[in-house]
Amino acid sequence: MVAPALKSPVAPVGTQTVTIAKALNMGLRASLERDPKVLVMGEDVGKLGGVFRITDGLQKDFGEHRVLDTPLAESGIIGTAIGLAIRGFRPVCEIQFDGFIFPGFDQLVSQLAKLHFRSQGKLKMPVVVRVPFGGGIGAVEHHSESPESLFAHVGGLKVVSCSNPVDAYWMLQQAIECDDPVLFFEPKRRYYEKSELDPTAPPIPLFSSRVVRVGSAVTVAAYGPMVRTCLDAATAAAEDGQELEVIDLRTLSPLDLDPVFDSVRRTGRLVLVSEAPAEASITSEIASRVQQECFYSLEAPVLRVTGFDTPYPPSKLEDSYLPDLDRVLDVVDRSLAY
Amino acid sequence: MSPEQWTRPENEGTTGPPAATAAKPTREQVIAGLRATSEGGADLVQLLTPEGQRVEHPDFDIDIPDAELRDLYRDMVLVRRADREGNALQRQGQLGIWVPLLGQEAAQIGAGRAVRPQDMIFPSYREHGVAWCRGIDPTELLGVFRGTDHGSWDPNSTRFHLYTIVIGNQCLNATGYAMGQRFEGKVGDPDGEATMVFFGDGATSQGDVHEAMVWSAVYDAPLVFFCQNNQWAISEPVERQSRVPLYRRASGYGFPGIRVDGNDVLASLAVAKWALDECRQGNGPVLIEAFTYRMDAHTTSDDPTRYRLADEQEAWKLKDPIERLRVHLVREQIADQGFFDGIDAEADELAVRLRNFCFNMPEPPPTRIFSEVYAEETPQLVAQREDYLQYLAGFADEAIAGGVR
Ligand SMILES: Cc1ncc(C[n+]2csc(CCOP(=O)(O)OP(=O)(O)O)c2C)c(N)n1
Repeated sequence: MVAPALKSPVAPVGTQTVTIAKALNMGLRASLERDPKVLVMGEDVGKLGGVFRITDGLQKDFGEHRVLDTPLAESGIIGTAIGLAIRGFRPVCEIQFDGFIFPGFDQLVSQLAKLHFRSQGKLKMPVVVRVPFGGGIGAVEHHSESPESLFAHVGGLKVVSCSNPVDAYWMLQQAIECDDPVLFFEPKRRYYEKSELDPTAPPIPLFSSRVVRVGSAVTVAAYGPMVRTCLDAATAAAEDGQELEVIDLRTLSPLDLDPVFDSVRRTGRLVLVSEAPAEASITSEIASRVQQECFYSLEAPVLRVTGFDTPYPPSKLEDSYLPDLDRVLDVVDRSLAY
Repeated sequence: MSPEQWTRPENEGTTGPPAATAAKPTREQVIAGLRATSEGGADLVQLLTPEGQRVEHPDFDIDIPDAELRDLYRDMVLVRRADREGNALQRQGQLGIWVPLLGQEAAQIGAGRAVRPQDMIFPSYREHGVAWCRGIDPTELLGVFRGTDHGSWDPNSTRFHLYTIVIGNQCLNATGYAMGQRFEGKVGDPDGEATMVFFGDGATSQGDVHEAMVWSAVYDAPLVFFCQNNQWAISEPVERQSRVPLYRRASGYGFPGIRVDGNDVLASLAVAKWALDECRQGNGPVLIEAFTYRMDAHTTSDDPTRYRLADEQEAWKLKDPIERLRVHLVREQIADQGFFDGIDAEADELAVRLRNFCFNMPEPPPTRIFSEVYAEETPQLVAQREDYLQYLAGFADEAIAGGVR
């Protein structure tokens, strides 16, 4: 897949250690600077800088007409973003929490996803919808959900999820430059994890997955917040002499499965990890495709570690609900036992 | 009372567009009108001034016996104390989050005490005072914020629905419930049933709230929309949601809209009683805008210093709902020092009880994840639960605390 080369890259600021939150803020700032048609819009994104401060300082520097505090209505945010896109803008919408995307679901699915197709390409929909998603922060209801599979299921939408500061910085800018609508899922519980970011190093293509740890025993594939969990599991497994290969899927629609197929052909085993419920999900899709492509290489059935097929539980139970290092290792062991 | 009477602002013509000569208010004037905090005014029902003076109102004057006045005071003090304790428990790490009601006690107690046992209530997530009026002990609210449950009270027996966090959702649910009351013939006499739904000023921007108003109007649902306009939706001021005072929106749907001083418990009670009676009689729906102010942060996760002006908060402090009733009770010699001391002691006890309850709350067992997902359990979930329990059993040799590994 070809990387959308970023137009007129911003001035380098030197390598620095940043959090995912800061990297997203820097990415938004770079996009706002690069293209006057880029808008940031959502609830509380202005003065407050968003509830997670991802948009901190942007309204101050770019003004109320580039960074819009919108009325409290998600259907309104996405519906008007569509109109703005028709007018030539590139809106970046913030949905405050995962569970609040549903009031905007109709506009996302009925209009945003379909307009390019319906207009036979005459209408472009360069709209990004940022969604802080997933659990693990001890929040009340509707603040911890993983609804990404619902959007991957919809033709016309693209869905990506970042897992680290470098990807956060680049993927967000790439998504904003993409002429298709992109749902951008941010791992909120990892917002404050840090790594080095060199804004001059070239990014990898947006719609591609990546091997983040090489190993030969079992392939483990995840995205967003679960990538860190899998890397930790791989470290633990290495101490027991098992080398796990970890793949960060990065893009969920379209899926980039070639690196997964290659890896499974080498390891013969695949464990998929996601916080979302298992049934009818992205992991189901990957499992199906892998058994089709890699049938003769598989030494074990494709196994999954996921949230349960229930509503997200009260936060005191989220440690039980969310896949953790132990659950990943347990399923890795089961895979190896075949 | 005819709807028109309460939906037509005094300075507007009765029909047709404004005369070409009429000066159009500027954007700034419109916004200033939305945020106006001056008392009185033709469109603000008030029975008790911020100075604790009882004032007359031509349509909503009610006679409240002394004992009931004292009860209203007690309600507000106890609810405020429970709220402050909730805040403190969050600060101590005992609760994940707390949603303060500070400053909104009068709106909630006024509305809550107007509701009768046969009525139904649909709250948002800040209605701790209304819950109190429904006989729900403040300890029962803690689970939601501690993360042990999604609401432990029984919505059927308390007739107080679960807290709703998705902004606006409950308005449509309330509309449906009220439609049901009408379909079952429970309206049309003074002892009929009604429903009251609570939401904020920000919520009025949501499609669900608009749809609820459309539906309740066309089905004559016996529903009181009780909007607590506390001036802010997290960081967004009310002018980010509307260009007309919220109560006036009702006229567009065809039912009465009234603005009441939400820091005046007597006016809130009187207007809410009237509106519920309208519904009981079959004349509903009604929109009440309780004009009030959120004195604390939006939630314990919020930082209001980023967006709020200190002098605005200072101005609202002078309108404190509890203080004004207290002054009234003293001035009219309805209550003496012994009464106030007694209430304060009761508040202290409540705070201690709440704290101890919170410290001792049991953690839910992991099986709770799988229970009550469906009315008819699915084999698939049974299998998931069995699998998970088996997995947990593998850690049996490790310490198991409170059922959670
Ligand atoms: C659909 C939806 N979007 C966003 C949120 C996040 N959120 C929680 S409370 C709130 C502000 C609500 O303001 P308002 O309706 O005025 O009620 P208040 O909290 O002031 O009582 C927001 C944006 C939410 N809970 N639901």
